[in-house]
Amino acid sequence: MAEEKKLFKVTIDNITIEVEPGTTILNAARMIGGDVAPPAMCYYSKLKGSGGKCRTCLVEVAQGSAADPRPMPKLVASCRTTVMDGMVVKNITSERVLDARAGVVEFLLINHPLDCPICDQAGECHLQDLSYEHGKAGTRYEFKRRTFEKHDLGPYIQLHMTRCILCYRCVFVADQLTEKRVHGVLDRGDHAQIATYIEKALDNDFIGNVIDVCPVGALTDRTFRFKNRVWFLKPVDAHRDCPKCAGKVTLWYRGDEVFRVTARKDYWGEVHDWICNECRFEKKKTSDWVIEGPTNVSRHSVISANHYVKKEQPKELLPEIIGRNPKLLMDIHDVSEVNKPTIHLSALPGPAHSDDFNNNGVSSK
Amino acid sequence: MGRKLLLEKAHVPGIRNYDVYRREGGYAAVEKALKTMTPDEVTEQVKKSGLRGRGGAGFPTGMKWSFLAKPEGVPRYLVCNADESEPGTFKDRYLMEHIPHLLIEGLIVSSYALGSNRTFIYIRGEYAWIVDILEQAIAEAKQNGWLGKNILGTGFNCEIYVQRGAGAYICGEETALIESLEGKRGNPRIKPPFPAVKGLWDCPTVVNNVETLAAVVPIINLGGDEYAKIGVGKSTGTKLISACGNINKPGVYEIDMTISVEEFIYSDEYCGGIANGKRLKACIPGGSSVPILPANLLLKTAKGETRMMNYESLSDGGFQTGSMMGSGGFIVLDEDQCVVRHTLTLARFYRHESCGQCSPCREGTGWMEKILHNIEYGKGKMSDIDLLWDIQRKIEGNTICPLGDAAAWPVAAAIRHFRDEFEWHVLNRQECLTRNYGLANYATPLPITA
Ligand SMILES: Cc1cc2nc3c(=O)[nH]c(=O)nc-3n(C[C@H](O)[C@H](O)[C@H](O)COP(=O)(O)O)c2cc1C
Ligand code: SF4
Ligand code: SF4
Ligand code: FES
Repeated sequence: MAEEKKLFKVTIDNITIEVEPGTTILNAARMIGGDVAPPAMCYYSKLKGSGGKCRTCLVEVAQGSAADPRPMPKLVASCRTTVMDGMVVKNITSERVLDARAGVVEFLLINHPLDCPICDQAGECHLQDLSYEHGKAGTRYEFKRRTFEKHDLGPYIQLHMTRCILCYRCVFVADQLTEKRVHGVLDRGDHAQIATYIEKALDNDFIGNVIDVCPVGALTDRTFRFKNRVWFLKPVDAHRDCPKCAGKVTLWYRGDEVFRVTARKDYWGEVHDWICNECRFEKKKTSDWVIEGPTNVSRHSVISANHYVKKEQPKELLPEIIGRNPKLLMDIHDVSEVNKPTIHLSALPGPAHSDDFNNNGVSSK
Repeated sequence: MGRKLLLEKAHVPGIRNYDVYRREGGYAAVEKALKTMTPDEVTEQVKKSGLRGRGGAGFPTGMKWSFLAKPEGVPRYLVCNADESEPGTFKDRYLMEHIPHLLIEGLIVSSYALGSNRTFIYIRGEYAWIVDILEQAIAEAKQNGWLGKNILGTGFNCEIYVQRGAGAYICGEETALIESLEGKRGNPRIKPPFPAVKGLWDCPTVVNNVETLAAVVPIINLGGDEYAKIGVGKSTGTKLISACGNINKPGVYEIDMTISVEEFIYSDEYCGGIANGKRLKACIPGGSSVPILPANLLLKTAKGETRMMNYESLSDGGFQTGSMMGSGGFIVLDEDQCVVRHTLTLARFYRHESCGQCSPCREGTGWMEKILHNIEYGKGKMSDIDLLWDIQRKIEGNTICPLGDAAAWPVAAAIRHFRDEFEWHVLNRQECLTRNYGLANYATPLPITA
């Protein structure tokens, strides 16, 4: 019998778990799940070398290991720090972490255009989720925001640099999925930008994946731009026999129409398999695909909001972390005039209208 | 008169040339090390000397060398950091310009100790003419058998290459330097792994400052123990100080670290006092990244002791009432200087030089500059001062590399010690455009509150 591999015990926010040596704190926290998992805006498990940059995943190491119990003096990027046996980590139980994270969110937003109402990424934007979960309502920034011109990078992809948070994920995609990267980061500091310099088109069979990895609306699908809101679409898993890629995708339907094709994403918003440009941009008919069924929808999506069939509930860990049940302040449905749980937005054939609410969910159209 | 080890011969006519340098006793350290010592013995002497890195952090050099991983069959590299871009620091330039062979000699001995057969000097792009000086020195050394194959018949091979940077301060950070040397964008790496394990082309690498490596020559010549007797406590040997600002005699001075700050500023041997008969207001003792100190805390520590020009004394009191030796860039401000304007200048520098990888530094440096600009130009609010404090606090310690800290500390120290000057700017919006706040109460030591 093979000798059993030694596992490392790590305690994150008072919950202990055993993981393989070499696991990062972030991945250990993701195994626990729920709120214990720090937000990650730049790390992407499928991209080698990613992470460490955005600093949203900072955590406090209260005890380095069982052998050397000293705490680490600085907060560390959990995505790039591996666990030690007996390590004790504080994420949401650390005031320092919450304070630093609120700072990072503020930094990420000071130059962000906040144009969510006209941004295609809205509804599946990690920066939206991050700001909602960890940010403050107001801003202390009183200056003009940095802006850039929009650029079409070829027929399929548009770069809206103003929204970019410089996570470098798209750079890693081009490095690791294509032979020759033609875009990258030019200049430095807050004037750094993603650009192609002289060449204008990103032209490679797999370059469309930059759209899926981009956490914000900086890289968008030109074949889908402004066509629909993601929360009106129904994701459906499908596959086809593709000579170039695995051909496993998610089709985004409204009615019978496929509005867009993306790679399948996991609970953390990361793609399972990279897909090729043909699958993504050229195959937009149901007849191109073998349908498998509704997609599991994770916490990162408002798509789960409207009684969607395959909703994955996030784990409720708070009682375990704080050792008691949280006190419920109020049930929003008891007091809200507007928020009527009887109205299913996704059941409406078009964008919601005030009439829909007036008629108590029965569409007037 | 303090002892000189590095610049002793710097003014001998023709010392840039090999013949003169050799006649003055040059390359004796290479002879001694290669012929009579093993590499480990050289490292041992450097350890004994107590030499601390002169690039800014002051990390013990011998210890750094002994951390170098030595796996079989993998090359190791020594890289000399000549990127010197810290505002107020120009000592490496002086050394390389005047006595380039001293650096080359130090590099050969250090390469021998570390087993580096290919050694690089990464020099800031603006020092274009120094590249020529160094390359000539390397060529001369090679002609005379100090570089190349089988040096002095010992079987040790070594080549030195000079690589020019392209004008980025961040490429002085050791891992950004390594990236740049590899031909990539100069973004600092996320550590660990540290260069001692995975550095240049993923091989074990030591990065040291110019002055650090030059100091290896006197260490070998004198012996580590002898060298350690110079100076005081953990500040052994001599240190080059680049003095600038409102002083009578700006320039590079080699000091042994037993003199007081007061002596350094006012004695004719060094800065020669404040220029134009003005009074001292403040000083940044170790290059732009370290905290600024008002005159009272500069000359005396919070405990009332005389502050000395050495690592321990300059950092006495921590950041509350002390500063740091840093890279030895000694910037003096007289009573006519405006601390707000000065802080704005530094903030602009760090904003411009941030590599932009991590959010707190990328966004925070620009934000701080804008707020400081408003305050300086009479458009600030009282709440801006607290906001600045909060921004610097959220940058510090939360970034990939120490540039974030370096951007935060000057702002923090300026507010900590000169808050009334910031407030005066806010309250006197018109007046602050036409005159400076002046000396206020910083000339004489303030009573120390416990
Ligand atoms: C932003 C930044 C800039 C730096 N610039 C320099 C530099 O120009 N020259 C230098 O010797 N060290 C510089 N350093 C320090 C180096 O990272 C490194 O610590 C040093 O070269 C080590 O040499 P030492 O041990 O001999 O001091 C810089 C560090 C940072 C964070
Ligand atoms: S364009 Fe998107 S993926 Fe690329 S660096 Fe910017 S935010 Fe990241
Ligand atoms: S701290 Fe600043 S310079 Fe250093 S890696 Fe981060 S953004 Fe770049
Ligand atoms: S996810 Fe860890 S720093 Fe960005």
